[in-house]
Amino acid sequence: MLKLSDGRMSNTLLLKANNLSLSFRQKKVLDDISLEIHTGKIITFIGPNGCGKSTLTKVLLGLQKTHAGKITRKRNLRVGYMPQKLQLDERLPLTVRGFLRLTHGCNHNEIDGWLERLNIKPLTNSSVHNLSGGEWQRVLLARALLVKPELLVLDEPVQGVDVQGQLELYQLIPQLRDELGCAVVMVSHDLHLVMAATDEVICLNGHVCCSGHPDTVSADPAYLELFGRKLNSPIAHYTHHHDHEHCSADHAHGDHQHD
Amino acid sequence: MTELFAVWWLMPLFAGMLLAISAGPLGSFVVWRKMAFFGDTLAHGALLGITFGVLADLNPTFAIILGSVSLALVLLPLQYASRLSADTLLGIVSHGTLAIGLVALSLADGVRVDLMGYLFGDLLAINEEHVLWLLASTALTLLLISVFWNALLAVTVSPELAKIEGRRVAMLDLMLIILLAFTVALAMKVVGILLISALLIIPPAAAHSLSRSPQQMAIVASLIGVISVALGMWASFYWDTPAGPSIVVAAMGLFGLSLLVQRKN
Repeated sequence: MLKLSDGRMSNTLLLKANNLSLSFRQKKVLDDISLEIHTGKIITFIGPNGCGKSTLTKVLLGLQKTHAGKITRKRNLRVGYMPQKLQLDERLPLTVRGFLRLTHGCNHNEIDGWLERLNIKPLTNSSVHNLSGGEWQRVLLARALLVKPELLVLDEPVQGVDVQGQLELYQLIPQLRDELGCAVVMVSHDLHLVMAATDEVICLNGHVCCSGHPDTVSADPAYLELFGRKLNSPIAHYTHHHDHEHCSADHAHGDHQHD
Repeated sequence: MTELFAVWWLMPLFAGMLLAISAGPLGSFVVWRKMAFFGDTLAHGALLGITFGVLADLNPTFAIILGSVSLALVLLPLQYASRLSADTLLGIVSHGTLAIGLVALSLADGVRVDLMGYLFGDLLAINEEHVLWLLASTALTLLLISVFWNALLAVTVSPELAKIEGRRVAMLDLMLIILLAFTVALAMKVVGILLISALLIIPPAAAHSLSRSPQQMAIVASLIGVISVALGMWASFYWDTPAGPSIVVAAMGLFGLSLLVQRKN
């Protein structure tokens, strides 16, 4: 049994996953994955589409069961989750404030503060249906922050955000980590974008291909094998490497920015 | 209670309005959660309930509720079964139970059931007992929906976020389904099995263009439902048309008007 201490020490173990495995229709989506998440650390899952990033995130959040393996969480771990995509029914008339007020256990007085912090204060009373992709991402981030997370999980946080917005968001994440003293788990398909903002990279392709500091990972043969070598432009998107033996890609769970 | 309803048409009017009041917020959730077909299926299951109620000599209202609630419990997992084609399965269950109910009713020996009354409603023949059932169900619906409003709305907006934030998603879904089953079962006498979904969906759809928040939409939907009941019953007396369909036609008219309002804005 894992002993998890309480309190805000800089190195508290928040979550520990042992030997997670999951298959959909005989295809291994997660293959023997183990990892630890500690307070104050930013971990990025990176890997080609359909190779388990989003699934692993859902498993860690407890939204998806695994066929094998074990997850131990700190007691009453508060998790803030920013989903990759959230589509609301158009017939639901909801303002940004109305949406944020739905956060379970949030203090309604804190809503304005976060809206201010994330530069979306003027949108407070706008309909959630009239927001741009970037604005909606910030609203979702605000909702994740309102739970006062000890663990912040961001699934493709810059999807639909313009380049300027992406840089801002990646600058913001380490700041938020420092302010809240939380751990951050991010899902990304592009290492170069997140490199400066992350402490540890886990490169996934069903199994953990390689992991460690971003500099180490970007030089790792397994990483280069997975992503090809065309990574010289600072905001280059990776080339999908269809020949790789593991990547017969189950595209069924929402990763869909093919380049 | 009879003295309260000295004028004979007051009782059906009261019953129809009670139903419209609970159909407002419930119907709004049905619209937001895209569960329209689900309501239909529950209504069809209620017909099967009548058949069993007749065979087992149960109180008919109780039998209808039993049929609809048990079908709701059976269908509950369907909400989570994204990989199955829930649509097709609901269609099979929905029309299957309707057909089985009709066949079983005709096979039941020596039983005379007013089938047209169940299919298209028989509001004018409503009795005190039914009104009491409606009163209890409406009170329960309004109470639970207002107490759990935020939670129900959060689960509707995103079950995933609600679950991660620690809400009891399964319990809330169950509560909503059971309230829906009660209302659908009791709506049968008012508008009939075939038109129940109309009463759940048209008022919220009309309310949508007039509302700026979910609360407003639910309340305005109740109001539109109440007006539809009043208009429909009035038309039914004036032109001697069936009450249930007249109510739905009135609701359609109000929906049309709401579209004009929307265009203006």
